[in-house]
Amino acid sequence: MNSEKVIFGFFIVLALTLNFGFFIGEIDDITHHNVYELFAALVVSLIATVLKFGDRTHLGAIFLATSLVADLQLIVAAVIWGYAEHAGASGINTEAAVAIVSFSGGALLANIISVILLVAETMTVRR
Amino acid sequence: MPDIFYILLRRLRTPIISLILIYAVSILGFVLIPGQDNDGNVWHTSFFHAFYFVSYTASTIGFGEIPYTFTDAQRMWTLVVIYLTVIGWLYSIGALLAVLQDPAFKRLRAEYAFGRSVRSLRTPFYLVCGYGDTGSILVKALADVGVKSVVVDCDENRINELELSDYLRRPLGLVGDAGVPAVLQMAGITSPYCKGVIALTDVDKTNLMVALTAHLLNPDLRVLARAESPEAAANILSFGKNEVINPFETFAGRLAMALHSPGMYTLYTWMTGIPHEPLHEPLFPEYGHWVLCGYGRFGKALQHYLEHAGIDMHIIEPDPAAQNAPPGTIKGSGTDASTLRQAGVEKAAGVIAGSSDDANNLSILMTVRELNPDIFMVARQNRQENGIIFEKAGFQLIMKRGDVIAHKIFALLRTPLISDFLTTARTQDNAWANGLISRILGVSTDEVPYLWEIRITRGRTPALYKSCLKHAVSLFDLMRDPRERDEQLPVIPLLLKRDGETNLLPDGQQILEVSDRLLMCAAYPVHREMEWATQNENVLHYLLTGEEVSGGGLWKTLLQNY
Repeated sequence: MNSEKVIFGFFIVLALTLNFGFFIGEIDDITHHNVYELFAALVVSLIATVLKFGDRTHLGAIFLATSLVADLQLIVAAVIWGYAEHAGASGINTEAAVAIVSFSGGALLANIISVILLVAETMTVRR
Repeated sequence: MPDIFYILLRRLRTPIISLILIYAVSILGFVLIPGQDNDGNVWHTSFFHAFYFVSYTASTIGFGEIPYTFTDAQRMWTLVVIYLTVIGWLYSIGALLAVLQDPAFKRLRAEYAFGRSVRSLRTPFYLVCGYGDTGSILVKALADVGVKSVVVDCDENRINELELSDYLRRPLGLVGDAGVPAVLQMAGITSPYCKGVIALTDVDKTNLMVALTAHLLNPDLRVLARAESPEAAANILSFGKNEVINPFETFAGRLAMALHSPGMYTLYTWMTGIPHEPLHEPLFPEYGHWVLCGYGRFGKALQHYLEHAGIDMHIIEPDPAAQNAPPGTIKGSGTDASTLRQAGVEKAAGVIAGSSDDANNLSILMTVRELNPDIFMVARQNRQENGIIFEKAGFQLIMKRGDVIAHKIFALLRTPLISDFLTTARTQDNAWANGLISRILGVSTDEVPYLWEIRITRGRTPALYKSCLKHAVSLFDLMRDPRERDEQLPVIPLLLKRDGETNLLPDGQQILEVSDRLLMCAAYPVHREMEWATQNENVLHYLLTGEEVSGGGLWKTLLQNY
């Protein structure tokens, strides 16, 4: 057992689960989507990205790429939320809610790919 | 870049993660702690406001308590946030600076920058391994004639010295072992712009490795290697088309030449001179008894050459037994008067201070000067830095090892005709050399004569190439002055090479043919005039016929048709 691997796997899976938790619910109803969960998903995703730095293998490069995609999507979702709530005229309306949730849905897809890669990598290690 | 960039990020993993965590905790705290608006109602800070507040607090900008004055609970949390974020940033920036200053990382960065510069080179360059005395003289000479060089040396101080030099064509330097193929590959040994490799390190084995690497990675590359032992020389010569230079043999051979045929020596020095170097007057040492101090590798080579030239001498050596000195060798360093007297310095024609220690050499010659002020003094200067005092001492001949070898290599690199010329000239006698020297003195200024090659080809000398196909062009015609054709340019044709045959000092009546190669010698400005005639059809036409023509291609075609 390797504690580095545990932490690595933990953050990648946690990024996916938090993202999923935020994503699930009616797409146009913002009350189904918790802002704390979005915050947690974003922070965990950022940490997962940093953990992937510096692995120069091909797999490591793909890991980093998927993670960067997830970060980007979540940051855009958060920015839309902040803008709609504070700067926008009408608060978080249906339009804004749909945009936020669908962006997080994209991040979810990237996180799923990340986890699939993690599983695939684990399968090749027969120890 | 990518490699270094990712290494940097990997090294900074912990500081970045701690920053993310510190920000996350701070923001979350503000969102959870309730505040009050101006009317006393409970007001929850949103993530947006919290992020805004933490951002300006962490960067120590501090806009104040926005949007409403904080409650005491919020202020307590603000205290925590301030110390937490400031420490977090200090730690992260400290870690970043530590990584950037790390010697290993710095070397990686330097290597990366070097590799990129080598890859982006789009001009021909020479790869010089070893930047000692010889290497530095050679690199400077190459830079002066506008040829780029890439230098590899294992001594960091020497590479720093190179970086600080102010050459027009700045050479690229890398700290690394030239014996490692990967280092040479990074230095561009496989680059199509690499014209040759010059291995000048002090270690024969490294030079052999450089030659081998060049032969295997880029077989067409020209390799010049320094080899001190005959075995290493034979080894390097055994594969590829390498050229080997033995520093002691070359140096001793040149010195012996200076003693027995000074004219030839002067000719050699001028022919291998670096452009714009001051011209040294020829020397005339006397025949007679000579004293040689120091019987190391150099002394042995020198004795061999001098014996061959029939010069009688006495040897002084501190440790005759260990150096296998011939019988009759006087034991001593030569720095004291008694050993020098014993060797007959008072009646000798000349003395050679040839030890590998500059201080000893100077001291020997100072003592000799006291004993016999009229003696011909030859000093061996080992280190370039000591040049100032050697110049000041006023010896008749100063032999600088680095100089002799660097000049020889430089001449080999410039045009192969120089080496052909010198080989052919070697078969002539000293009187011939003296005659040529006075001719060269007649055409040159106070700088060493400029040597250049004229090759009659379509690309390099289009005008001359066309004329040679149509009419008979003599060497005499080519040497006319483009401003007044009845006058001759002050230039000496040294060598004509045709189909592998060399013709020393070709006659003016010689008719030139396509693909001839000529080695010319003149002052630098004259070289430009001659290049003009070989490339410009109108100028050449005037030289050949005396008719002035002008006009471009269209006018010429019209004239030809009518």
